[in-house]
Amino acid sequence: MITTSGLTKVYRSRGREVTALDGVDLHVREGEVYGVIGQSGAGKSSLIRCINLLERPTSGTVTVAGQDLTALAGRGPRAGKELRRARSRIGMVFQHFNLLSSRTVQDNVELPLEILGVSGRQRSRRALELLDLVGLADKARAYPAQLSGGQKQRVGIARALAGDPKVLLSDEATSALDPETTRSILQLLRDLNRQLGLTVLLITHEMDVVKSICDSAALMDKGRIVESGTVSELLATPGSQLAAALFPVGGEASAEDRTVIDVTFHGEAATQPVISQLSRTYNVDVSILGAAIDTVGGLQIGRMRIELPGRYEDNVVPVGFLREQGLRIDVVEPAKAPRTKSPLVKESAK
Amino acid sequence: MTWSEMQPLLSQASWDTLYMVGWSTLIAVVGGLPLGVLLVLTDKGGLLQNVVANKVIGQVVNIARSMPFIILMVALMGFTRWVTGTTIGREAAIVPLAIGAIPFFARLVETAVREVDSGLVEAVQAMGGNTWTVVRKVLVPEALPSLISSATTTVVALIGYSAMAGTVGAGGLGDIAIRYGYQRFETELMWITVAILAVVISVIQFVGDFAARSLHRRGGRSGPAPRLRLLKADKPAAAATPAPGTAEATTEVGKVA
Repeated sequence: MITTSGLTKVYRSRGREVTALDGVDLHVREGEVYGVIGQSGAGKSSLIRCINLLERPTSGTVTVAGQDLTALAGRGPRAGKELRRARSRIGMVFQHFNLLSSRTVQDNVELPLEILGVSGRQRSRRALELLDLVGLADKARAYPAQLSGGQKQRVGIARALAGDPKVLLSDEATSALDPETTRSILQLLRDLNRQLGLTVLLITHEMDVVKSICDSAALMDKGRIVESGTVSELLATPGSQLAAALFPVGGEASAEDRTVIDVTFHGEAATQPVISQLSRTYNVDVSILGAAIDTVGGLQIGRMRIELPGRYEDNVVPVGFLREQGLRIDVVEPAKAPRTKSPLVKESAK
Repeated sequence: MTWSEMQPLLSQASWDTLYMVGWSTLIAVVGGLPLGVLLVLTDKGGLLQNVVANKVIGQVVNIARSMPFIILMVALMGFTRWVTGTTIGREAAIVPLAIGAIPFFARLVETAVREVDSGLVEAVQAMGGNTWTVVRKVLVPEALPSLISSATTTVVALIGYSAMAGTVGAGGLGDIAIRYGYQRFETELMWITVAILAVVISVIQFVGDFAARSLHRRGGRSGPAPRLRLLKADKPAAAATPAPGTAEATTEVGKVA
């Protein structure tokens, strides 16, 4: 649904060049919720603004719903008619809502329809439908200033849906909201994704957002995509930073000559009693340092950090056994155990 | 001078002042609004970025603003004659008044429009709006409370300028105050004109502030509303409807209380 290839954005000011995007290839499938996560300055905002060409990419192409937007853009800095048409079919929600304070809630939702030239009666009917959809039918005549943050974002979402888009871009839509409101807004996005078959591309710096609604995710750092894939693929990838950050388990080795491994269960493997099998088959004492079970992207995932006696060299066979069971195994090296290797872990610790 | 002598003089003068100021304000708003918006749009990073146009407009506005009104009036005489066919009288005074006020208002418009959140512009662009849509649906409506305050300031400044219009025989309250009050030692008449001017300006300021405030309260943006300058003792009740969760507004209430 959304494809970017070799997307590069370089900002030039006073002879200095800042590369915000450095050859980003992104592929968002139809009907999925795709999360791009990264720290501030990783290039997420530039990326999402390049998708609807609010920012002109320096090079590379953007295709949305089979339409090459970069080709529509033309050369000048101003958006031509065709690009504006294409934009009206891409909804966008913003971190700070960006509602017009001079208009009522209903008039805010009608704004995209005014731009599309929809007649007055149809506009108000559609706006009321959308407000009903986001659960704010009773606030149609209120002004944005009279609403809470969560309500404002609901209006922002209703407005983004007014042009009947197939794609919704979400620019840190929940970052200005408290945790509970964040959950309800994410739930709304998820529902819309399911009910309307809406493809959602969201950028965020909060791991929880990815965890609760994304089907796929990508990790950005310094303008590049470091990792990407569906959530279950990521969780099955040994050494995945995203998987580790999505689902952290703690626990330090109890002594020098121990092997610490992280075991990730998902799908079939989660139902097998592998640890007791391991213990019986190889006659090793397994101690559990930490464990958790959670739902990530609608999948039940278990993760466990276990400790085996002896160095890694002594435990090659038992570890091989675990791998054979279809589990993802990450051996935690003592030096790496303090969890500072990934920029994400720091972020999620905040 | 008796009241019965003064009264027709004063009512004619008041009418002349309102006539001149009214028309020149109208022209200043019609001319200054697009000019101010253009100053923002053509600026660096603006929607119609054009450095040359921006510099030219900016320079013209600066020159016009730096000119003392009485000199502007004399300098524009040729133009005034071309427009109105005369250089004397009320109509002739409206031309320099309006031309003096256009750049004045344009600068105020520029400031007001610049304060509109750029996120709103981005949102409308993301909906597929063009520059004209942005101006019509975002920049002007969102800046409206500030624009009304700017227009009020312009009216008050124009009343000041109009006192000099007496030099081209346009009449008006300022003219009465000088010709009768100063040159003919009619101190009483002078004080009455001063009082009328004070009342007129107060009323205009009050109406302008009221309009700006009521729009502001409706829109209730994040910052506190501009205070009524005439009502010094701003009751807490007036400031008690801040946008929820704005630290600024709460401290404002705190200070009053």
